Amino acid sequence: MVPLAQREVPAALRRRVFVALVAALLGFGVLLAQLWNLQVLQGDELRASSDGNRIRLRRLQATRGTVLDRHGKVLVDSRPSFDAVLVAEDTRDLELTLETLGQLLGQSTAEMRNLLSHTGARPPFDEVIVKRDLNWDEVVAIETHQLDLPGVSLQITPRRQYPLGTELAHVLGYVGEVSPEDIAADPRYHLGDLVGKAGIEKHWERYLRGVNGGQQIEVDAVGRKLKVLREVEEEPGNAITLTIDLDLQQAASAALGDRAGSIVALDPTNGEILAMVTSPSFDPNAFARGIRRNEWRALVGDQNRPLSNRSIQGQYPPGSTFKFVVATAALEEGVINPFTRIRCGGGLQFGNHYFRCWKKRGHGSVNVHEALVHSCDVFFYQVAQRLGVDVIARYARVFGLGAPTGIGLDHEQAGTIPDTAWKRKRLKQPWYAGETLSVAIGQGYVTTTPLQMATAIATAATGKQYRPHLVARIETPDGETVHTETPELVGQLQVRETTLRQVRDALRDVVGKGTGKKARLDGIEVAGKTGTSQVVALGRQRPKASQLPRQHRDHAWFVAYAPADEPTIAVAALVEHADGGGGAVAAPIVREVMAKFFELQTTRQGHTYAQNRSTSHRAF
Amino acid sequence: MLRIDRRLIAHFDWPLLLCVLVLLGAGLTTVLSATHGPSHSASPLAVRQLIFALGGLAAMVAALCFDYRWLERYGYVPYAAALLLLVLTAAIGTSGGGARRWIPIGPFMLQPSEFAKLALIVALARYLHRQTGEGPLSLRAVGVPLLLFAPVALLILKQPDLGTAVAIGLTVGVILLIGGMQLRLVVLVAAIVGPALPFVWTHLKPYQQRRVLTFIDPQADPLGAGYHIIQSKIAIGSGLLHGKGFMQGTQNQLNFLPEQHTDFIFAVFAEEWGFLGSAALLGAYVVLLLRCIVVASRARDAFGTLLAFGLSAGIFCQVFINMAMAMGVLPVVGVTLPFFSYGGSSLLATMIAIGLLMNISMRRFTF
Repeated sequence: MVPLAQREVPAALRRRVFVALVAALLGFGVLLAQLWNLQVLQGDELRASSDGNRIRLRRLQATRGTVLDRHGKVLVDSRPSFDAVLVAEDTRDLELTLETLGQLLGQSTAEMRNLLSHTGARPPFDEVIVKRDLNWDEVVAIETHQLDLPGVSLQITPRRQYPLGTELAHVLGYVGEVSPEDIAADPRYHLGDLVGKAGIEKHWERYLRGVNGGQQIEVDAVGRKLKVLREVEEEPGNAITLTIDLDLQQAASAALGDRAGSIVALDPTNGEILAMVTSPSFDPNAFARGIRRNEWRALVGDQNRPLSNRSIQGQYPPGSTFKFVVATAALEEGVINPFTRIRCGGGLQFGNHYFRCWKKRGHGSVNVHEALVHSCDVFFYQVAQRLGVDVIARYARVFGLGAPTGIGLDHEQAGTIPDTAWKRKRLKQPWYAGETLSVAIGQGYVTTTPLQMATAIATAATGKQYRPHLVARIETPDGETVHTETPELVGQLQVRETTLRQVRDALRDVVGKGTGKKARLDGIEVAGKTGTSQVVALGRQRPKASQLPRQHRDHAWFVAYAPADEPTIAVAALVEHADGGGGAVAAPIVREVMAKFFELQTTRQGHTYAQNRSTSHRAF
Repeated sequence: MLRIDRRLIAHFDWPLLLCVLVLLGAGLTTVLSATHGPSHSASPLAVRQLIFALGGLAAMVAALCFDYRWLERYGYVPYAAALLLLVLTAAIGTSGGGARRWIPIGPFMLQPSEFAKLALIVALARYLHRQTGEGPLSLRAVGVPLLLFAPVALLILKQPDLGTAVAIGLTVGVILLIGGMQLRLVVLVAAIVGPALPFVWTHLKPYQQRRVLTFIDPQADPLGAGYHIIQSKIAIGSGLLHGKGFMQGTQNQLNFLPEQHTDFIFAVFAEEWGFLGSAALLGAYVVLLLRCIVVASRARDAFGTLLAFGLSAGIFCQVFINMAMAMGVLPVVGVTLPFFSYGGSSLLATMIAIGLLMNISMRRFTF
């Protein structure tokens, strides 16, 4: 055998083992005593507790915080709702109870049974909500039949409501019941709790949710409440004030009408979103009451994609609106000067491809000012060749294109600003010179979101880029401010003052006498840029919009700011598959938004709005 | 080396085996009762537990087949392996209920902390056996075991598994006292550790803090942590003298008890078998304890004594913490009840410990 270390057992060790044994026996003695205490001395009392399980735990759902517009108008709040709840174990005859209850509530017994089976592995004596949001007749019916309905009770819970319906739905988002994953991630949630599933509701969940409370209640044999033994009060969630101006928002919605598209209006001096319209929209109230399967399927299956927030998720070619970016690049890089003239004869032969100008007869000889005002494509084809795609892309990024703005909503898209590196990486192909011509007029691979275009024109207007944001401040129910959003400067145009002035002058004339005339306002100078972006290439003979199937029609863009010399609002409007170009369709929409904005400013005598504006404006 | 020595068979510890089989049987029926569905068919969990029990018996036999003094020689090998497993758990372990405690192996989940406990006991016995004499342990002789303990405890706390960490800590403390640590030193350690407690407190998870606070005032959080202890006491108390009968416990059958088949399984047993049954169960554990102490004191060498004692301490610290917790004598921390709680790793580790005890018992005359 292998020699192993061996030592005799020291006597002291044996002694200590004995002491430990005595200690352990004492410990078991304590356990035995406690067993005697619980099972014999307190036994009857505890048996009584167990027999009916007299003590129930009822959770008190916290009321979610409200969401307000910048002037304190309610966008989202909660109201009390009567729910019929059932504790299956308290019914004497579950079938009979379900049948009776079904008759009172106008639901079939099968429907009711279905409801119970859906809840899955729930703890017994758990309250199952049989029907939410009872009307008054139903409440009375249950109250009067209380004695025939053991195990059934009424419970008042806060119900989320969106008084504006479809208005702002994409921004506000909606709530739904927590998923098992939500509960696993945060044990403070319980089955049946509401949680923000999209938009502001989701992004600011931790402020809005509040803290649930609870009651320990003693009940009788049929589950009726005898007395509240203990109560932990719930704490309502915080109120969030948005930067949105509801009046402006509604005016913008009205301007867009039932057309599919998006409008984003923001304050170029601080990035506050004043209005954000996405159409078509959906009704978040449907989610609050528990969306039905067929409703959900209809929403998801709708070809018009009402659930998609076009303002931040729609990626569209910017078309000619992109030209102010290219013009800035060209002037700043010195490939042209304000006097450089280029002849437009209606198109440009490049390689074996003929690039048309939108104006068949051509613009004749134009400088950069005229090219922007009349949106001459040929001028920008030429300029783009001199700049090269990589330089254009660099400027586009400075204007905030090609990357999410970080507005704080889910699933914001980045758009695409192509350059040689991008194409090599994404398409594994070299960049072809002809493609630069498409980029020059905001076509080809270029895509942007309406929010990005609003940010870009705001940047052109002020030279500064603020991160667009929706939340102004957050307050507790007691009115204590817990969070104030401060404007975040994310970029500054590093271009010469003269370059900016030349571009702005041209943008002013776009509205004054160019393609954007329909955006003109009385008494306030508007500067902007039209755009009409092709969805499909249609060859030389481009038919009229009305002759095309809807999904092949062009998108109409208009981006603008005003007043031209000291901008206080920037707006981007996009109409999908419009029955006309940016100047005809989108410019009047922006005009209406701006008109409303300045009208509101006047009626509010300036001071309300000015109060809400941040300090950065005064510095401007 | 694996010689079949007649004396080994002659000295096989039959009383210990009998004791274990009784506890194992009672445990299995209680798991069956705690997990059976409304259809009154055996639950898949109970079937799994039966498989674990058979596997446990096999592991027990394996653990008595070699000369335990090999462990004296290679005592740090299992320790190193266990530490590695714990690190692995932290890296690739599966999360369940917010904790990262398991390594999936086929259809089973290995919980390394259960085996780390065993390995630590072996390593401590290995170390202390060369340190203990008639006199008290030196400061260094206390420091090294604490250094062995620290990484295991930290990795388990990180999972987080406060219960297992506490059980191991208590076991280590008991082993050190048996090894000859003076009470004076305990006071000294307390003086050092005491000021660190606020720091530990701030690093506990909120739910762990709540549990401790709940112990001080169970009514403070009747909806959360207090719920466990209230329901457990109701279950135990409502058993009265004779109990409600097998599978008749309403607290358990109506799912009032949380974690009824793992940490609170004693409450299920106590509800069904009453004071008489529970006292008998306590008695069975005491008999097992006495038998283990007999093994420890009869061992021929100091290593055997220390190992046997360490293993016994490991088992009984857990028995004590678990039962005391279920009865509301100690704060609620998650600790399994040896032979009873559902769970393969726990049962396997316990059975290996029993195997080692039998191993020591059998070889008390072999040299």
